[in-house]
Amino acid sequence: MSSADISIHKDVHHAHDEHDHHHDQNFFEKYIFSQDHKVIGKQFLFMGILWAFIGGFLSILFRLQLGWPEATFTFLEPILGGWIENGKLNPEFYLAMVTMHGTIMVFFVLTAGLSGTFFNFLIPLQIGARDMASGFMNMLSFWFFFLASVILFISLFLDSGPAGGGWTVYPPLSALPQAIEGSKSGMTLWLIAMALFIVSQLLGGVNYITTVINLRTKGMSMTKMPLTIWSFFLTAILGLLSFPVLFSAALLLIFDRSFGTSFYLSDIYIAGEALANTGGSPILFQHLFWFLGHPEVYIVILPSFGMVSEVISTNARKPIFGYRAMIGSLLGIALLSFVVWAHHMFVTGMNPFLGSVFMFLTLIIAVPSAVKVFNWLATLWRGNIRFTAAMMFSIGFVSLFIAGGLTGIILGNSSLDIHLHDTYFVIAHFHLVMGAAAFFGMFTGVYHWFPKMFGRMMDEKLGYIHFWLTFVAVYLVFMPMHYLGIAGFPRRYYSWTTFDSFSMFGDLNAFISIAAIIGFGAQFIFLFNFIYSIFKGRRASMNPWHSNTLEWTTPPLPGHGNWPGEIPAVYRWPYDYSKPGAAEDYIPQTVPFSETQSSNLPHEKDLE
Amino acid sequence: MITFAIGLSIILLIVVLFLLFRIGTLASIFRGSSQRASGTTKTSNKVNSALLLLFLFVGGAAFFWSFARYWDEMNQPLASVHGEWTDSLFWTTMIVIGIVFVLTQILLFVYSYKYQHQDNKRAYYYPHNNKIEIVWTLIPAVVMALLVFAGWKTWTKITSAAPEDAVVIEVVGKQFNWIVRYPGADGKLGVADYKLIDAVNELGVDFSDPNAQDDFMPMQLHVPKGKPVLLKIRARDVIHSVFMPHFRLKMDAVPGMPTKFWFVPTETTNDMRSKTGNPDFNYELACTEICGRGHFAMRFIVVVDEPEDYEEWVAQQKSFVDQNPDILAKFSNPSQERLVMSKEAEKAEEIKSEL
Repeated sequence: MSSADISIHKDVHHAHDEHDHHHDQNFFEKYIFSQDHKVIGKQFLFMGILWAFIGGFLSILFRLQLGWPEATFTFLEPILGGWIENGKLNPEFYLAMVTMHGTIMVFFVLTAGLSGTFFNFLIPLQIGARDMASGFMNMLSFWFFFLASVILFISLFLDSGPAGGGWTVYPPLSALPQAIEGSKSGMTLWLIAMALFIVSQLLGGVNYITTVINLRTKGMSMTKMPLTIWSFFLTAILGLLSFPVLFSAALLLIFDRSFGTSFYLSDIYIAGEALANTGGSPILFQHLFWFLGHPEVYIVILPSFGMVSEVISTNARKPIFGYRAMIGSLLGIALLSFVVWAHHMFVTGMNPFLGSVFMFLTLIIAVPSAVKVFNWLATLWRGNIRFTAAMMFSIGFVSLFIAGGLTGIILGNSSLDIHLHDTYFVIAHFHLVMGAAAFFGMFTGVYHWFPKMFGRMMDEKLGYIHFWLTFVAVYLVFMPMHYLGIAGFPRRYYSWTTFDSFSMFGDLNAFISIAAIIGFGAQFIFLFNFIYSIFKGRRASMNPWHSNTLEWTTPPLPGHGNWPGEIPAVYRWPYDYSKPGAAEDYIPQTVPFSETQSSNLPHEKDLE
Repeated sequence: MITFAIGLSIILLIVVLFLLFRIGTLASIFRGSSQRASGTTKTSNKVNSALLLLFLFVGGAAFFWSFARYWDEMNQPLASVHGEWTDSLFWTTMIVIGIVFVLTQILLFVYSYKYQHQDNKRAYYYPHNNKIEIVWTLIPAVVMALLVFAGWKTWTKITSAAPEDAVVIEVVGKQFNWIVRYPGADGKLGVADYKLIDAVNELGVDFSDPNAQDDFMPMQLHVPKGKPVLLKIRARDVIHSVFMPHFRLKMDAVPGMPTKFWFVPTETTNDMRSKTGNPDFNYELACTEICGRGHFAMRFIVVVDEPEDYEEWVAQQKSFVDQNPDILAKFSNPSQERLVMSKEAEKAEEIKSEL
């Protein structure tokens, strides 16, 4: 088996060597319609950052409304035009902003922006491949995403507004244009954008999986892979298995909207008219949606697990504690993520017995998640920690993941979910555990691999300022939201003042909004640092973090094909940090055991 | 002019910040700190690790302070039997996760501070320990098992079938208000069909059904204290969700799929008014599933009465038929109704054949 693999590798190298020598690429081939995984990764990163600012800006707009429900917002008229009516935000536009904030952040930033960037950039570099299995499919993946982005962006400027039924687009609200303005053409564009997005994800996913399975360099067995690659690999599998289900859900919704079918519609009287649709089930959509939707939250967070593990190990100068337990918990989480989707539906009228089953399965997920946290803590213990900006964000990630993950134990409990479902407790929970935490994972990745992406360093001090402002702001925004949630404040409310029960906490809501504005403002420090460093940053050395993994054996700015000569072979796992007896406190994967006799452990003597 | 001044001062501020940034960069080159491996410079390590520790203390203190400060406000007054079970389970779970939260955060920040980089030190090579892994897999597993068991017991009790003698009330969500229907003296709700809905008959009740004759639709939801109440929940147009925060009660209203939830109220509205010291206190019913423009304003008043007051209130209510005598005319001649229906069917068939 292994010999066959090696011969394939050799062929691939030859093809690429010739490619390098005989063909100069023009501008378009090199930077626009590039098939190079590194360029595609950066394209995803730029798009992701752009979308993150749009999504963040939307959240600031609706936080203004929630923080100061009595205020007039005439000063927003230049930006929002007709959506400000007599100084008041239009309630339907408020819902549209909430919807687009969710869609953009979950799919376009934390799925495409995060996975697209780091899977593309890191998989070939960390497993020792010249490029992805199919460069062409990879390019298609980006351009489908680009097309989806354009369509979703256009929908923001429609007269009837973008989709407004919440990011989960539950029918009948999303199916009936009479029900809400956002279910007119905005929803059509949303569905088209999502369909294209899913195509992009699937093209990418097939590629990631194939590359990891087939193109590993000599010696890179599955148990020598960095945890980043393990997490990317499992995430890609999750995406490949679950996104088609969302595609079918969206397709049936398109049929219901445009061709008069009744998959999700039944017994509806709306706008003075009884609709003919009968026999459909709105709950069917929820099952299909969450069959993707739940794995989706792990698609968002698993890559961060991987990158944070890598960065913590590198900067604590210690091997990641329990490498195999880390892989095992990743596998466990990935597997369980498929069988917990109905915990989003405890109070939909679903059979209570199903509720019991899903509660049981959901709470099991806490076990592998806890193992991961304990392993990260154990990795820090007796380390020699270098506080790089990436490391700061990794520590922040662990803190946020604990804070948000623990409340999942409450929400996963069906009897407690009765009161808390669709309240701010849920908002606080998932923003901490998969929103802010995944963003911290993304920042970790950007700060850590920026030198390899652009050949220059980002400014560390600005990184610290960015970290501290963001970290504090995230806690100030989301911790108080738990209080609102315990009091039962429902989500997607334009204002709470209509209810006596929700009339308190006006001060707290204003406080949250101020913290959100500060947090959003801090991101411009990142943006400046990012753009400035691309052009003017300090030049990076080959291995600025003294890291073990393969990508740091490439030149500071790796060219097409990644390694100028032969692809290096791998001899050891990626976490030999501070090994007793070794001269340096790190031993790259490419160093054979024969060169490190002083530090080899007893069982490694045979490998010399 | 003011806009110009604001714009100018923002630009100046950015320029100043940029200059500070440049000076800082040049100074670090001058000091030679950029020569060291990243993350090993003394000052930034000291500052960052100290800030992490400071964050733990200040953040922790702020958390506990704000928690105590908002304790009364976050605990909505409680008025149902099952709410007592879920509230106690909630706070038990909160204590469990609170302990884990505090311990893990302390370890995270204290380790970060304690093991900050030192030039003369080396990290301890400690790749794995299977015994520890097994221990910290089993402990959360056992705790989870206990929580699942407690949750499951509560959940089965809450979702069990309603007692036979429960007061039955229909709650229907529509854009953007709630409609409630009581079965009247016979204790039975008349059948309803969404095709019968019009401006008057908002629930589409079939008034040719004898059970429907005494059904009434009041402007407030009255329930008797201490008696089981079964809510039969429907939606007319899109999904809504019945949420009564004081009763810890929530159930979606789904078009085409009737749902239900039963509960026992424990405090009357008057009890609660004296308890909370708020003479204007009202129980409320809110919508918690996004349903469109007026989602945030689907308020309906819920009133809990003493059982005898409740009986009195029910007796006072006039049935819908009494209030709208014209409504019966529509149902008086079923054959005519059928004729219209069959005509519609014919039309439908015509359309089909055209296609």
